[in-house]
Amino acid sequence: MEAAAKMPQMKSEDEKAEGVVPGHKVREVGEKFEVSNLNFYYASYHALYDVHLRILRNRITALIGPSGCGKSTFLRTLNRMCEAVRGTRAEGEILLDREDIFSMDLVTLRRRVGMVFQKPNPFPKSIFDNIAYGPRVNGLARKADLAATVEASLRRAALWDEVKDQLRKSAYALSGGQQQRLCIARALAVNPEVLLLDEPCSALDPIATAKIEELLYSLKDSCTIVIVTHNMQQAARVSSHTGFFLMGRLVEMNETDILFKKPAKKETEDYITGRFG
Amino acid sequence: MRHFEEQLDELRNRLLEMSGLVESAVYRSVHAVVNRDEDLARGVMDNEARVNEMEMAIDDMAVRLLALEQPVAVDLRLITAAIKINSDLERMGDLAVSIAERALSLMHEPSVNAQIDIPYMATLVESMVRKSLDSFVKRDSDLARNVLTSDDAVDSLRNGIYKEMVRFMEENPGSIPQALSLIFVARNLERIADHATNIAEDVLFLVEGIDVRHHAEART
Repeated sequence: MEAAAKMPQMKSEDEKAEGVVPGHKVREVGEKFEVSNLNFYYASYHALYDVHLRILRNRITALIGPSGCGKSTFLRTLNRMCEAVRGTRAEGEILLDREDIFSMDLVTLRRRVGMVFQKPNPFPKSIFDNIAYGPRVNGLARKADLAATVEASLRRAALWDEVKDQLRKSAYALSGGQQQRLCIARALAVNPEVLLLDEPCSALDPIATAKIEELLYSLKDSCTIVIVTHNMQQAARVSSHTGFFLMGRLVEMNETDILFKKPAKKETEDYITGRFG
Repeated sequence: MRHFEEQLDELRNRLLEMSGLVESAVYRSVHAVVNRDEDLARGVMDNEARVNEMEMAIDDMAVRLLALEQPVAVDLRLITAAIKINSDLERMGDLAVSIAERALSLMHEPSVNAQIDIPYMATLVESMVRKSLDSFVKRDSDLARNVLTSDDAVDSLRNGIYKEMVRFMEENPGSIPQALSLIFVARNLERIADHATNIAEDVLFLVEGIDVRHHAEART
C-alpha cells in the first residue's frame, strides 16, 4: 500500500500539472485504474508480487525497470493481454473505473483499453483499412462515417497531414515512425479510454520518437496513458508519474520529477543512476 | 568504477581544490587587514586569476556532464550543487580580493582606535566558510545547518561595526577614509558569510533533496 499512499492529492496535482488559473474549473481527476494485491504467474513462475498502485485518469504514467522486472507483464494485465499466454494466472484486483476487469467482457475491456506494441505492426492493408478495421469489426461506424473516423483518428495521431493523399497505399510503405503513429491511430479509432504502450519508441530514431512523445502529450487530455519504457529520459520527459519495478515488485511510485530528483528508495536511485547491480 | 563516476569524482576534486584556494584567500585577506601584512594582501590578488580559471573549468565540466550524461537523482543534485557552489566560491574569491585591496590602503594610514572586533567577525566568517566546505566534502547536513544558524550572528556583528564606525567618524572626521575602509571590510566579510550560507543550502539540497532557501522553518 506504500506506493499507493504516495499518490498526490488530486486537486493540487491537477492544478500543478495543468498550470490551471486559480478559480478556473478543474476537470475532475481520479483513479482510472486501482490495482490491489496483484500477483501474476507464468505457470509456476511468480512474475508479479503484491502490486498495489493507482493510475490517474488523463495522466501519463511511465513504468521503468530492468529487463524481466515485470513492468511489461503488469502492463499486459491491465487489458488482460497476459491471458493470451497459456498457463498464466492472475490473482488480486484490478479496477477500471471501479469495475473489476476480471469479470468484464474481454472484447469490451480491450476496446476501452487499447494497446500499442514495441514494434510497429500495421496490418497488410491500406492505411485507410488499417484505421477502419477496428470500427468495422466493432460495428462502431456506419460506412458513411468511416472516412470521418479515419481522418479524425489520423489527425489525433498527428499523421493526417503526412498521409491524407495516400490513404489507399499500403501501410508498409510508411516509415517506421509513421507506422507506429498509424498503430496509435488504429488504436484510437475505437475511442479507447486508456492507451497502453509497450516501449513504443524503441525501434524509432530521435525525430520519430519526439513526434510520438508530442503525440502522447496531446492525447492525455482525452486518454489515460500508461507507457513502459527502457528509456529513462523518455519517462522523465513525458510522464507525470513514474513507477519503478524490480524483480516483480513495485519498488516506488512517485511524481516523476520527485522520482528523478530525490527518489525515496535506494534501489530506485541505484537503478536510475546506473549503479544497479 | 564507471567513467561517469570518475568524471563526478574529478568534478568534486576540482571544486575542493578551488575551495581550498578561496578559503586561503579569505583567511589571508583578513589577516592582511589585522596584521597590516602587505605580502598576504598581494598574495590574495595574485591568486584571483587562478580562481577565475578554475571557475570556468568547473562550469565547463559540469555543463558537459549535464549534456552528455543526462544525470538524475543524486548525480543531478551533485552537479547542480557544484555549479552553484562554484559560483559562490568565485564571488567569495572576489570579496577576498576587495578586502585585500582595503588592507593595502589601510596599511599607509594610522590605526583606527575604536571598539570594533573585525578579528572576531573574521574568525566567525572563516569558521562558516570552513564548515560549509566540510559539509560539502562529508555530505554532512548537520554541519550545513550549523552554518545557517551562524549567519545571524555575522549580520549582527556587521551592524555593530557599522554603528560604531559612524560614531567614530562623527568624532574623528579626519579618519573617515580608514573608517569607511573598515566598514567595507565588515560588509565584505558579511557577504562572504552569505555565500557560505548559500553553499550550506546547496549541501542540504545535495544530501536531503530539500530546498531551504527563503524558508527559515525548513532550515532546522
